[in-house]
Amino acid sequence: MTTAPTTAPLVEAVDTARPASLWRDTLGSILRQRSAVVGLAILGILVFVGVFAPLIATHDPDQVLLGVEDGVKKRAAPCIHVLGCPADQPQHLFGTDGNFRDVFSRVVYGTRTSLPIGFAAVGFAIVVGTLIGAIAGYAAGSADNVLMRAMDVVLAFPSLLLAIAIVISLGTSYINALFAIAIVSIPVYARLVRSSVISAKENDYVTASRALGESSYGILTRRIMPNAITPIIVQGTLGIGTAVLEIAALAFIGAAPIGAPEWGSMIALERNQLFTAPHIILAPGIAITFTVLAFNLLGDGLRDALDPRLNR
Amino acid sequence: MIQFILRRLLVTIPVLFGIIFITFALARIIPGDPCRAVLGERATDAVCDDFIARYGLDEPMPTQFVIYLGQLAQGDLGESIKYSRPVTALLVERLPTTIELTLLALTFAILVGVPLGLISAVRRNSAADVGTMVFANVGVSMPVFVLGLLLAYVFAIVFKDTPLALPPSGRLGSGVTVVPLAAVWGLQDLQGVPRGILDFLSGIYLFSALITGQWAAWADAFRHMILPAIALGTIPLAIIARITRSSLLEVLGHDYVRTARAKGLRENTVILRHGARNALLPIVTVIGLQLGLLLSGAVLTETVFNLTGAGRTMFDAITGRDYVVIQGLTLVIAVIYVTVNLVVDILYGVLDPRVRLQ
Repeated sequence: MTTAPTTAPLVEAVDTARPASLWRDTLGSILRQRSAVVGLAILGILVFVGVFAPLIATHDPDQVLLGVEDGVKKRAAPCIHVLGCPADQPQHLFGTDGNFRDVFSRVVYGTRTSLPIGFAAVGFAIVVGTLIGAIAGYAAGSADNVLMRAMDVVLAFPSLLLAIAIVISLGTSYINALFAIAIVSIPVYARLVRSSVISAKENDYVTASRALGESSYGILTRRIMPNAITPIIVQGTLGIGTAVLEIAALAFIGAAPIGAPEWGSMIALERNQLFTAPHIILAPGIAITFTVLAFNLLGDGLRDALDPRLNR
Repeated sequence: MIQFILRRLLVTIPVLFGIIFITFALARIIPGDPCRAVLGERATDAVCDDFIARYGLDEPMPTQFVIYLGQLAQGDLGESIKYSRPVTALLVERLPTTIELTLLALTFAILVGVPLGLISAVRRNSAADVGTMVFANVGVSMPVFVLGLLLAYVFAIVFKDTPLALPPSGRLGSGVTVVPLAAVWGLQDLQGVPRGILDFLSGIYLFSALITGQWAAWADAFRHMILPAIALGTIPLAIIARITRSSLLEVLGHDYVRTARAKGLRENTVILRHGARNALLPIVTVIGLQLGLLLSGAVLTETVFNLTGAGRTMFDAITGRDYVVIQGLTLVIAVIYVTVNLVVDILYGVLDPRVRLQ
């Protein structure tokens, strides 16, 4: 998707003098992708914010400040002292919400919900999807048919709607939301792995391994699966972005617990205050957008960097 | 050709069956007493016995599934607890709004997305290209409900009392009505399914007001749909623009394009007649797939803009734990989605002979 790299060819010429290393080459080609670098940078900031949330947040995200802090107002606009906000008003970088809580601190803590759920949901989907895809692609025949038709059925639902139906049936909790988001994204990975396996298993080196007496398991894990890793990494990165969007959407429509410092539910809670206190909606909205953008840019960059067919 | 269509139809049957099975299974995994989960904690034993008998909940699972299939075959999707009305009746009343919204959003996405993609590809690496791709990246990353709320704020508050002001909620302004088709055509006595179809079409205001010439109402309904359609259409727009761009770039690298240029054809002719015509083929498939996003997004958009469509009904059902409505809607929307993709697949086969020979 992104444009050709712009680094000077001189640098490359120097590099080739050193012994080539797979990892350094890969890292180099990733870092030549502008979108991957931007995505990584945003992601780095988000992870940093998530890890050090207690140090970055100015307040306890769940603390109702009414009666605790002098002069605190409900749904107060952002007040930053260095930017000219009067010193007698309490400082709130993104203002306060309808429960007298600090919006900035809640947005900061929100990274601790969205990122782990996104990673875990995609991780779960990749593990199950890889298993299904590998079995379907390698075994072929009726096993392939049954597994892939099952995947077709899951894909036949608009993913968010199926996720809603699953969460509502299991009960609203973040664990169930994670589970639902994982289930609806399994087919993507299953199809991806299956097609990689099918195209790889006809290769001569696979036939050679078989002739040498390697077990099916060994052929699958050592000879075939390495071919599937690149597309999984690219799809998984994009998938985390989608998962973050879906968590926010589930929370927004009330299919996740309300009240936790989570971006979607923050917006849901203050939705009707749009015309009086838009900052409460804007802050988590921007947080979601940046998070998803980071994964989309990184995913696009990884695809351009890792796909040998697109090689420069 | 007929063989190709038949084959596609045959593949769809197990998928439809699977969809029904999943909705059935989801209804059975609700924890606790199924009757009180659906009807509420205060349901009396007599009401519950009646409920259990109606859905055969004391029968073995396979029998329950057969009962469920039988009800579906009669068009019975169960009854909403909140509204005390059949889900089918709710759908006839509310699905038209969703259809109007999704079609308008899709039209917006195609009309803006395709030209943007073409321009980006032709002017590769120009400011227009970079701008479009940045916009596309942000567009796919912003949640539908955040964009919807932002649009509502900008066009209803910031642009208030200017010609750019647009209504942020509802389908019609106060006092404006669209006279139903049955009333316009003097068919009030019509009953049953034909009446249902007529009422359904009446609910698609942009269609019914147009064919009956209710221009003022049409304009009002259109103004109310602009913001929701933009909010819902932006993600598909971004995706369509990106696919169009990469597809045209790939096509323009082919030999026949070079031949066309070598023949001395004008650049516009080369790009539009030789390039775009082939580049747009993959987009047909993408558009079918976008419908899933649109139908999911409709739940969020209708909630933000207070449109009483199927999506808003879904939201209300989630809030009120109206399980029967959630299952009915999920099933119907999945079936619509599968059907549209079947049509798109067949259309693709018609447009591209290579597909149907596979």
